[in-house]
Formats: sequence, structure tokens, C-alpha cells
Amino acid sequence: MFELDNVLLSRLLTSLTLGFHIIFATIGVGVPLMISIAEFMGIKKKDPNYTLLARRWTRGFIILVAVGVVTGTAIGLQLSLLWPSFMQVAGNVISLPLFLETFAFFFEAIFLGAYLYTWDRFKNPIYHWLLSIPVVIGAGMSAFFITTVNAFMNTPQGFEFKDGALVNVEPLVAMFNPATPTKVFHVLSTAHLTSAAILAAITAFYIIRNKNSDYHKKALKLTVGSIFIFALLTAVAGDLSAKFLAHEQPEKLAVAEWHFETEEGADLILFGHLNEENEVENALRLPNALSFLATGDFNGKVVGLDQFPEDEIAPFWVHYMFDLMVLIGFYSLGVSLLYLIVAKIKKWNENNKLLLWLIFLNGPLAMLAIEFGWIYAEVGRQPWILRGYMKVAEGATTSPNVGWMLLLFILLYTVLGIGVITVLRKLFKNNPAESELERHYPDFKTEGEER
Amino acid sequence: MAYELIGITVLWIFLYGYLIVASIDFGAGFFAYYAKITKKNHLINKLISRYLSPVWEVTNVFFVFFFVGLVGFFPDSAYYFGQTLLVPGSIAIVLIAIRGSFYAFENYGSKQSSVYLFLYGATGLLIPASLSTALTISEGGFIEETSEGVHLLTGALLKSPYSWSVVFLAIVSVLYISSAFLSFYAHRADDRGALDLVRKYALFWSSPTIIASLTTFIAMSQHNQEHFNRMMELWWVFGLSVGFFMIAIFLIYQGKYYGWAFIAVMFQFLTAFFGYGASHLPYLLYPYVTLSEGVVNDAMGLALVIAFIAGLFLLIPSLVLLMRMFLFDADYVKGKK
Repeated sequence: MFELDNVLLSRLLTSLTLGFHIIFATIGVGVPLMISIAEFMGIKKKDPNYTLLARRWTRGFIILVAVGVVTGTAIGLQLSLLWPSFMQVAGNVISLPLFLETFAFFFEAIFLGAYLYTWDRFKNPIYHWLLSIPVVIGAGMSAFFITTVNAFMNTPQGFEFKDGALVNVEPLVAMFNPATPTKVFHVLSTAHLTSAAILAAITAFYIIRNKNSDYHKKALKLTVGSIFIFALLTAVAGDLSAKFLAHEQPEKLAVAEWHFETEEGADLILFGHLNEENEVENALRLPNALSFLATGDFNGKVVGLDQFPEDEIAPFWVHYMFDLMVLIGFYSLGVSLLYLIVAKIKKWNENNKLLLWLIFLNGPLAMLAIEFGWIYAEVGRQPWILRGYMKVAEGATTSPNVGWMLLLFILLYTVLGIGVITVLRKLFKNNPAESELERHYPDFKTEGEER
Repeated sequence: MAYELIGITVLWIFLYGYLIVASIDFGAGFFAYYAKITKKNHLINKLISRYLSPVWEVTNVFFVFFFVGLVGFFPDSAYYFGQTLLVPGSIAIVLIAIRGSFYAFENYGSKQSSVYLFLYGATGLLIPASLSTALTISEGGFIEETSEGVHLLTGALLKSPYSWSVVFLAIVSVLYISSAFLSFYAHRADDRGALDLVRKYALFWSSPTIIASLTTFIAMSQHNQEHFNRMMELWWVFGLSVGFFMIAIFLIYQGKYYGWAFIAVMFQFLTAFFGYGASHLPYLLYPYVTLSEGVVNDAMGLALVIAFIAGLFLLIPSLVLLMRMFLFDADYVKGKK
């Protein structure tokens, strides 16, 4: 493996860290809101089931956050270690949101610490719930700031290159670049969707295992309802993102859609494969659908790859990443809608095995969609690290030993991955929700009978 | 306006903040492990975990702040440090990652194991050692710039007495700062057994700290004469530092004003750290990056300063809240909450 060049090794190591970090980052952004909603419902409905839900989610969450924090630190440092030339430019133009992200995270960390250790400290539980608000805001702001940096890499602006020097830098213009609105919307909606999906999957799994108490049923209703709302938002965000790409970064949309010729009334190609002449075979074609997706008009003109030099086009396999991401998004929407319909109709049982399995599957699938989406977002930008200004190959470190570092980090993430799974299993296996409910809220049963 | 001066001051304050809070954390890890193998863990481990649990994440952020700020205010230094620190930097990341996540695994997950305590103790000493490399190479002499780019001269780094004296200083300072803080915390918690133990640690680690400081001075005079001379011009700052050191040790030895003793320790390091920092200028990375040439453009400098001030308005009240809840709430410290 040490014959590989530095650029490829640096890319591999960066993808490894990002691919691992994004799992925890996504949960870190999305789960606080779910916890906050559950705790609030517990207070409003005076129902300890929801409060316990918030408590148990928090307990699992904090472990995942810890891994998110350390891998986030890793990627923060690795950017400078592996892409020093890129970070030299980035430092000059886009360091404002990087800096602000640290503040947002600091803010979140402080209140998360406070939230975690004060469950029974206030007479009025609403004060404890109030501590969750800054955590939710901090998580959202972190996601916002860091996403603007990624948006900047796609549509850089707010500076000029003159004689090899950066001049006329406008930090806010760089931060609020054309890619920012859709990208932030897409990142936030999918993080919430995926977090709800993971929590729903865990709940569904418990019910399949015959843990059919009120606690689990209420948890399922709350999480699947949330999936539906966030899946709808994600669909809107996805649509806006496609329209943004068609307008500002057409080569990225075109490569994902295998759209070679600029034309009006373009077909949408689903899956299939390319033969040696780059012709699409065995694909599902939706007539005029790409034009509609890109422009909102079935006969709209969509720019194809013919408008771009061959060495500025990303690898064609991102097409599959794109299709899988979209497919899973619709799966989430469909499954959650199905559950809500079945739950509405009194005669039907929304907790039947098949539906539960579908909801369970949705959890890992949603996380895969996050991975596919980010692979598409990053590989689809190739060969650029800063579109139009700097290619990935120009940004990489020239120092030796990147290969060894790659091995070191593979080892690290394996250890962390195994650690997380073991600890989470231990944490909940010997401590079922029912017995915890009795321990924390012994009066609840009698209250329930009086009602 | 001189953004370079504002920038470096802000960054240096953050690095100082990290030095203090991280030292407390790192040293506590070592003491927890040491107490375990000498069968005294029942005395102090509860105390340590009550302090560390709510604040460990905050510690990490100080560090992130520093290096993100460095990239922002001084992008050129990001290039030089990034090119040269791949190996020590990666090792530091791995250690920080293991420490942070295993801390959470054990603390929020399951009961204590000795493997965990060992990792926790060992990483606490290795992290400062690997991070101190960045300060060492900033003195120059360990980097070579060729047509292919900038490279670290690993051999020179490993053979340099200066480099090793910095590592030694980093490790003993960690233990000294941490034990001084834990004495204060144990005193507040009215925990006599723990106090006796950590007070002994504080007195024990004080002399290696002052010896390592002197050794580093001497090694510096050999390694970078210019910097050494600038340090000598600021001799009174380092003199103050020694004065604070003596006050701290006297107070801890007297066994009364542990709070004031820890404040004296903080001032001891504040003066030494800023004396070192001020004499380091005008170079950020000798001789490649200077303060005035390496600074970011004015527009970004202004934006960062505004962001920083706005951020402080948000953070300081939040930090005060956290400290009142966990550090200065006597009932919490005593374990009643």
C-alpha cells in the first residue's frame, strides 16, 4: 500500500475519518431535539414514560457524543495535517465559520454537561428542560457553520486571486455562498430524519423482542411521527438541492444523473450501467423527469457533461450513491406514512411484525443514506478541493508516513467502534425500561389507577 | 489596527486556558491510576470523577479553539505546522480520542476496569508530551524547506536536549498543576483523607517542576540563543513566576489557603507562559513565519475579532453557570447532589 501516492492516501485517510465521524455527528445534531421533545411531552402530559424516554436516550446519546467530539477534533486537526496548502487558503477566506463552529460547540458542551447532571436537581422540572434548549441550538449552529465551509468548497466566492495572492476577502460573502442555503437545509433535515430513524429502529427492535409496554409504544409513535415530518422536509430540501446544482454546479448534477448531452426534456436515469462507449444500459428511464427535477419544468434545459472538459468530471460511479440516497429517503417517507395510516385505522394493528421490521430496517438504511449522500457530495466535487481554484492534488501534504497514519487511524476507529457497541449493549441490556420506570417513579402506577 | 497582536493574544490566552484545565484533567488521570496500584483509590477516585465528569468536554474545546484560531489568524503557520506535525499530531489525536471516548465509556457506561484506568493514566502523560512537540519545533532547527515542501527533521528532534527538556517540563507541570488543584477541591469537599494524599503529591511534584523549568532555560540557551536573550530581557516576568511558585508551595505546606495556593499556581504559569510567548515574538515559527507577515488579511482579522467578542458574551455567562453548578456549589462538591 505504500506505493500509493500521498494524494490518494490523504484522501483515503480523510474519507475514513469523515465517514466515521459523520455517523456520530449526525446523531449529535439530531438527537438533542428528540430528547427535548420527549422531556417536554413528559412534563406537559405528566407522563413519566416520556421523561424516562428522554433520560434513556440521553444516556446513550452522551456516549455517542463523546465519540463525535473526539473524531471531530481528529478531523479538525487532520485537515491541517493532510491538506496544509488548502488550509492555508481556507484560513484566509473561510476561517470565520470554522471559528464560530467552535463557539457553537463550546456552548453546546457546557450545557450538555449541565443537562446531564441535573435531572433531579430542580423542584420545577421545566428548568431542567430549559437546559436542553441551548444544547439543541448549539447542535444546530455547529451543523450550520461547518456546512457553510463545505458549501464554500463547492461554490467558492468572496475573494480574488491576484498574482498568486488572495485579495479583497469578504468573509461573510464567502460564508453565505450560493450552496449554503440548500446544503444547510439538507444537512439539518437529514440529520433529524436519521436520528429519529435510529431511535425508532431501536424501539421497533424492542417491541419485536416482545417488550410490548406502553413505554415502547409511545416511543414508537413519537419517533415514527418525527420521521414522517423530517422525511417530508428532506424531500423538499433534496428537491431544492437538485435545482441549486442544476443552476450553480451543473456538472455535479449531470455526473450523478449520467446526463451527457445538454438537452431540453431530459430523462431521469435510475441505476443501470455504462458500457464502454459511456452509453447507459439496463436503466429505468423516467421521461422528462430530470428536467422537472432540475428546473421545475418538464421541458426545461439541463446542462450535460458535454459542456465540461473531461479532466474536470467526477467519477461516474457517484450515480449509484445518488440513486441509493434518494431511494432510501423515499423509503423513510413511505414506511413512516404507512405506520401513521395503520395507526389511524382502529381495526388495524400498527405494531404488527412486518411493519416493525420495516421500521427497524429504516434505521441502518437512513445512516447509510447519510454516508452515500456525503460520498456523493465529496466525490461529486472531484477533481476540485475548491471548485474552479484548487484541485485536490494541489492541496495534499508532501510529508512522508501518510500510509502509516492511515493504518493507525484504521486501528483507532476499529477500537472506538467496538467500544461504542459493547458499552451501549451493556448499558441497556441489564437495565430494561420497565424496571427503571418503577425505580424512578414508584408512585406512577397508583396515579394511573386513579385516573 | 494590529490584528496580529490581538490574534496572538487571544490564541495565547486560549492555549494558557488549555494548559491549566487540561493539566488538571491529565494529572488527575495519572493520580487515579497511581492510587489504584498503590491501593489508595478509595481515597481520591470519587473526588476526581465528581470534578471531571461535567467538564471533560469543555477541556477539549479549549484545544480545538486554539488550533482553529491559529488557522484563522495565521494561515501560513497552519501550512508549516501542518506539513511538519503529521506524525506527532496524529499520535496526539489518537491519544486524545482514546482518552476522551474511553472516559465516556467507563463513566457513563459500565463499572471501572484497570485497563481503562491504565489508558487514562498513560494518555494523560503522553498527550502533553506529544503536543509539546509543536512548541519545540517552533524554535527552529527541526524543519527543512526544500523544493518539495517543508519537512520535519525527526532525527534532530529526537536527539535534541531542548526537545526532551520540554517534554520533561510538560509532564511534571501537569502533575504539579493537577495536584495543586485537587488539593483545593478536596479541601472544599471537606475530604480529609483525599486532601492528605493529594497535598503530598503537590509538594512532591513542586521540586521537579522548578528543576525542569531551569533545565529548559539552559537547553534554550544552547538551542536558540536569540530567543534566550529575549527571555533574559524579560527576566522580571520569570522572576515573578518563581515568586508565585514560592507563595503556592508555602500556602500548600501551611495547609490552609488552598484556593489562594491554586491561584498562585495559575499565576506562576501565567507569567512564565506569557514571558515565554512574548519573547518568542516576532517569530511564530523560527525563522519561517513571523507575526506580522504570517497574519491573515484585515477583513478576516476583523471578522474573527468580532466573532470572538460576540462569542465571549455567550460563553462567559455559560461558563459561570457551569462553574456555579459544579465547581463552587459546595453541596455538589461534597457529593450531596
